[in-house]
Amino acid sequence: MSSAHNHVTTTVSFDEALTRYDPVIGLEVHVELGTASKMFCACSTEFGAPPNTQVCPVCLALPGAMPVINAKAVESIIRMGLALHCSIATWCRMARKNYFYPDMPKNFQISQYDEPICTDGWLDVLVPNEDGSTELVRVEIERVHLEEDTGKLTHAGGATGRIHGADYSLVDYNRAGIPLVEIVTKPITGTAALAPAVAKAYVAELRDIMRDLGVSDVKMEEGSLRCDANLSLNIPGDAWGTRTETKNVNSLRSVERAVRSEIERQAAVLDKGGVIRQETRHFHEDTGVTTPGRSKEEAEDYRYFPEPDLVPIAPDPAWVEKLRASIPQQPSLRRAGLATAWGISAFDMESLVNAGVLALVEAAVADGVAPDTARKWWAGELLRQANDRGVPPQELAVTGADILRVDELIATGALNDQLARQVFDGVLLGEGSVDDVVAARGLGVVTDETELLAAIDQALADQPEVAEKIRAGKIAAAGAIVGGVMKATRGRADASRVRELILSRCEVSG
Amino acid sequence: MSGITRAEVAHLAHLARLRLAEEEIDHFAGQLDVILQSVASVSQIATQDITPTSHPLPLVNVTRADVVVPGLSHAEALAAAPAVEDGRFRVPRILDEE
Repeated sequence: MSSAHNHVTTTVSFDEALTRYDPVIGLEVHVELGTASKMFCACSTEFGAPPNTQVCPVCLALPGAMPVINAKAVESIIRMGLALHCSIATWCRMARKNYFYPDMPKNFQISQYDEPICTDGWLDVLVPNEDGSTELVRVEIERVHLEEDTGKLTHAGGATGRIHGADYSLVDYNRAGIPLVEIVTKPITGTAALAPAVAKAYVAELRDIMRDLGVSDVKMEEGSLRCDANLSLNIPGDAWGTRTETKNVNSLRSVERAVRSEIERQAAVLDKGGVIRQETRHFHEDTGVTTPGRSKEEAEDYRYFPEPDLVPIAPDPAWVEKLRASIPQQPSLRRAGLATAWGISAFDMESLVNAGVLALVEAAVADGVAPDTARKWWAGELLRQANDRGVPPQELAVTGADILRVDELIATGALNDQLARQVFDGVLLGEGSVDDVVAARGLGVVTDETELLAAIDQALADQPEVAEKIRAGKIAAAGAIVGGVMKATRGRADASRVRELILSRCEVSG
Repeated sequence: MSGITRAEVAHLAHLARLRLAEEEIDHFAGQLDVILQSVASVSQIATQDITPTSHPLPLVNVTRADVVVPGLSHAEALAAAPAVEDGRFRVPRILDEE
């Protein structure tokens, strides 16, 4: 189909491209809502069921079936719109988008056209610069509208499993009719070299907001958050160039890579005096480049009209205000505030977020644990325990009170970090409270120096060469003896005190 | 007078994948005529000064609670499909060879 030159992708380097062109980006993000049932029928939305087992006359478009709007989906999109600082329509309608393709058995998708429920919002995103600092970039939101997801096609025959060259296709309608929200930005200009990072940061921030709102599980790997990236280049001062729309961008890393590679590709075309075709392009995860798809030179006519099987949506303004009051603070801004309050860097905060323990640290701090202590345990030992057990950290049965008590015992010298690990292990195994585990497992630090000295003498006798070295002044060798003592006491000794005792025993000074 | 021909009814039936007997074609041609005439009479009244109506009922916010109700069984869902493979609807090649 496409001529060979489309596949010859000569590029110029990203940095070079930006010396000659300004990028304009636009992002369309689709989020599957986490409702239990579909948008217009009561079928389950559970991911991963066998094909065509979550379908009914409505989502299969059997004759006479009528759609009814899911109230929870309307509430969810309004909360999303509010979190994105949008105006909420007081009256709007769903629209039929007519097209002929087997992913929709009705031959139309119920969507919204010129009456989206949320309009004119914005989102401030923190974008990392190359030097590690961050920049606040405002992304303007054009619209947020409600629609239904389509069925899933599998192309059979042909070499690649792609639609081109396929002999026939197979359709699973489990996904057809799942509530879908489309969030469209206004063109984002003036970001220059930051464009790929802005695109990534925006999608990441959206994902975090949706998760915080609890409106979607936003799993990019399961397709519940999908991104299309529009991009054009223009010479500074000139009118905007022709844009391409890159589809199939299904991870945060890919969003960044797709924008970057499309900047390089378009710059190479323009450098040679070529023209950018308005087209859909596909992003390939493996190679990191985009290849041409459908040409969009002729705008498709979807023959939109108001959906006659549904009555308008008219959210009560008082209800909208009630929902507004329940919108949590924007995740990145809240995290920045917490980082300041806790005196930690943006990098440390990001590692807590990536480890999935931020909420746990917050909860522990709310229970009175010092932020540093809460971070130390949740990002360290407790996270390791969760990984060892193959469970998410929030499923560990450890409370802020447990961490407080362990911290207290460490402060008084009754426990050390090594022993505290064993204490947490016992608590997680259901052996009782922190004090119960300490007592039952005999985990107190040995404070009786007679016992320690006996263990030291034994360790020195076991390793006479080491003992000789220490006596000769090689105090670094003491580590081996400390290790022997810790082993003998099953970690129940204060290592620095043991070291002091070893040195005095060998009559050298540390 | 008949505004809709037998050939048009047969074509519509084909598009809708409905198998009609010969006498049914005449039967539905008559019915479709009535519908077309009704629409035509509406368009005589619908002048510029009439606001377009998208729904005959003055209702808003007709919704259902987000509750799952089992739909069709897998076998029921696929019962009317002309072709099935691997638990899925099998459809003809989507893109023509070029």
